[in-house]
Amino acid sequence: MQGVNRRPIIQVANVTIGHEGETLLENLCFEVYEGEIFAVLGGSGCGKSTLLKHLIGLMLPQTGHITIDGIQITGCNEEALRQVQQRIGVLFQSGALFGSMTIADNVALPIRQYTVLPEEAITTLVRMKLHQVNLNGYETYLPSELSGGMKKRAGLARAIALSPKILFFDEPSAGLDPILAAELDHLIVHINATLGTTMVIVTHDLQSIFTVAQRVIVLDRVTKSIIAHGNPLQLRDESTDPFVRGFFHRQPL
Amino acid sequence: MQTSIACGRCSAELVKTADHMMTVRLHGDIDASTAAALLHDLVPRISEPHCAHIAVDFSGILRQSDWSTLVGLELKKTAVRIGAVFTATGVSAYYSRFFQEIPITDPHPLPPQHADTALTRFGAAILKLGSDLVLMVRFVGSMCLAVGSLVRTPKNLRIDDTFTAMQRIGVDALPIVGLISFLLGLIMAFMAAVQLRMFGANIYVASLVSLAMTRELGPIMTAIIVAGRSGSAFAAEIGTMKISDEIDALTTMGFEPVEFLVMPKLIAAAIVVPLLVLYADLLGIFGGLVVGVGMLDLTAASYIAQTLKTIEVFDVFWGVGKAGIFAVLITWIGCFRGFQVRGGAAAVGAATTSAVVSGIFLIILADSVFAVILRYWG
Ligand SMILES: Nc1ncnc2c1ncn2[C@@H]1O[C@H](COP(=O)(O)OP(=O)(O)O)[C@@H](O)[C@H]1O
Ligand SMILES: [Mg+2]
Repeated sequence: MQGVNRRPIIQVANVTIGHEGETLLENLCFEVYEGEIFAVLGGSGCGKSTLLKHLIGLMLPQTGHITIDGIQITGCNEEALRQVQQRIGVLFQSGALFGSMTIADNVALPIRQYTVLPEEAITTLVRMKLHQVNLNGYETYLPSELSGGMKKRAGLARAIALSPKILFFDEPSAGLDPILAAELDHLIVHINATLGTTMVIVTHDLQSIFTVAQRVIVLDRVTKSIIAHGNPLQLRDESTDPFVRGFFHRQPL
Repeated sequence: MQTSIACGRCSAELVKTADHMMTVRLHGDIDASTAAALLHDLVPRISEPHCAHIAVDFSGILRQSDWSTLVGLELKKTAVRIGAVFTATGVSAYYSRFFQEIPITDPHPLPPQHADTALTRFGAAILKLGSDLVLMVRFVGSMCLAVGSLVRTPKNLRIDDTFTAMQRIGVDALPIVGLISFLLGLIMAFMAAVQLRMFGANIYVASLVSLAMTRELGPIMTAIIVAGRSGSAFAAEIGTMKISDEIDALTTMGFEPVEFLVMPKLIAAAIVVPLLVLYADLLGIFGGLVVGVGMLDLTAASYIAQTLKTIEVFDVFWGVGKAGIFAVLITWIGCFRGFQVRGGAAAVGAATTSAVVSGIFLIILADSVFAVILRYWG
C-alpha cells in the first residue's frame, strides 16, 4: 500500500444504522484513508446500500458520528452538508441518469448547480469528463439510446463532474458482463491513480475486489457487525475465521 | 507589456512581446470557483489585442487538475477563434493528452433545420394522425381477439384483477360522482325554477331534471369523471410497465398482454360504469328534489310522482347503455395510450394526458352519434 497517504478522509465512529425500528448494523467503526480504494463487502441484504446512503448524507445514523473530509455530517446544518456533497460523487447502481435529458445535460447538471462557469466552458468540461470515461461524441445521445455499460460510464462522468475528492460506487459491476465490469474496474483504478480520488466501493462481486481494492471490510447480517478488515488477498489466504474464509472462497457454510 | 490577474489562490501573468506573442503564466491552485473567475477575466483580455501566438505556461500550477486543464482548453478555444497559434507548456503527462484529444469545435454540428412552414407542419400532423389511426384500429383488432379467446376459455380471465379494477373504477369513484351529480341536479333545478316559476309550471322542474339526468348528463358526467380517474390510470400503469420491460416479460412468458392487462379492466368498466350512472341519476334527481321542496314549495311525494311520470324505462336503459359504450371507449383509449409509450418517464406523463383528452373527445363524439340515432329512430 505504498504511496497511500494515511490521512483518514472518512471516519465512522460507533455508528448504528437501520430502517425505522430495525437495526441492520451496530457499532460500526472504520476509517477510509485519502487516496485509497476501499471496499465494503457483504452478502445480499446485509445493509451495504443502506450504509452507503448514510456515508453520503442521505440518511442519519441511529447513533454515532460520520466525518467526511473534516466535516461531521451527522447533525450538521444544511450548508455544511451541501459543502460535503460538492466534494463527493456517487455512481448509483443503475446509473440514475435522467431519461429526458441528453448525456451532456446529465453531466452538466451538477456543474450548472455548483459553479458559475460560462456555458461554453461547461461544454468543454463535459467533453473532458466524457473523454475520461471513453464516451467521446455521445453528448447528444439520450440515456435510453446507450447500452448498460455506457450508461454506467455516463453516470461515472456525472459523478466526477466536479472533480470530487471521494467517489462512492454502489454495486458498480451489477448488470454488466465480465468484460464490461473489468473495463469499469480499470476506469476506477485509472481515475484513482491519475487524480488521486478516494474510492469507496460497495459490492458483493469478489472478482473485481481482488484486482481493485486495497482495503476491505466485510459486513455480516447475523452479528450485525464488521467481521473482517484488511487487504482482500491477505484475508482470502490467511484468515482463520470460517465465515470469512467461506465468503472469500465462495463456499456455503 | 505585462499585466497580472489574481483570483483567490491562483493568479495569471500576461506578457505581450513585440512579435505579437502573448504568454500566459498560470500560478497557484485552480478549483471550480477560481476557474470561473479566471476565465471571466482572462478571455476578454487575450481576445482583444490581436496576437498571432498564445502560449500558456502551466508550470506554476501547484496541482494540475481538470479545472486547470479546463482553463487551458478555453484559452485554446479563444486562440482558435481569433486565428492565433496556441501552445501549452508545462502540462503534466496525463493532461497533455487532453489538449490533443478534446475537440475544441463542435464535433457534430447540427444539420441546418428546415424552416417549418405551416404547410409542412399541417402535413406532418395529418401523417401522424393517419399512423395513429392505423395503430388504433389494430389495437381494436387485438382487443376483439382477446375477447374472442376469453369467450372460448373464460377461465383465463384474471378474476382478482377484475375485482380490483371494479373497486378502483367504481367504488373509489362513488364520492366524487355522487357529489358532482347531486350538485348538477341542484343547479339544474335552481336554474329551471327561476324560469318555470314565471309560468306557474313549478312541477316541471322534476321532469326536466330527471329527463336530463337519465338521458344525457348522468352518463356524460360519469364518463368524463371515469376518463379522468381511471382512463389516465390505465395509461400510466401500462405505460410504466412498457418502459420497464414488463410487457415484454409477459409476452415471453406466453401471456397475451392485451388479454392479461386490458380484459380485466374492460370487463370491470363495462359492468361498473353503468351502475355508477344509475347512482348518478339517483343523486341528480335527489339534488333537484332538494331545490323543489326547499324553494318551490313542492312536496317530496308530488316531485317523485312527477319524476316517475316523466321518465320511461327506455330513458334509463338508453342512458345506462350509452354508459356501457363510454366505458369501453375509455378503457380502449386509456390502454392504447399506455401501449403506445416509448422512451422514459416523460412519455408516461404524455400518455396519461393524452388518454384523458382523447377519452373525453370520444365520449362527446359517441354521445353526438347517439343523439342523431335517437332523433331518427327513436
Ligand atoms: N427503504 C427501506 N425501508 C425499510 N427497509 C429497507 C429499505 N431498504 C432496504 N431495506 C432493508 O434493509 C436491508 C438491507 O438492505 P440493503 O442495504 O439494500 O442491502 P444490500 O445493499 O447489502 O444488499 C434489507 O433487509 C432490506 O429489506
Ligand atoms: Mg445493495
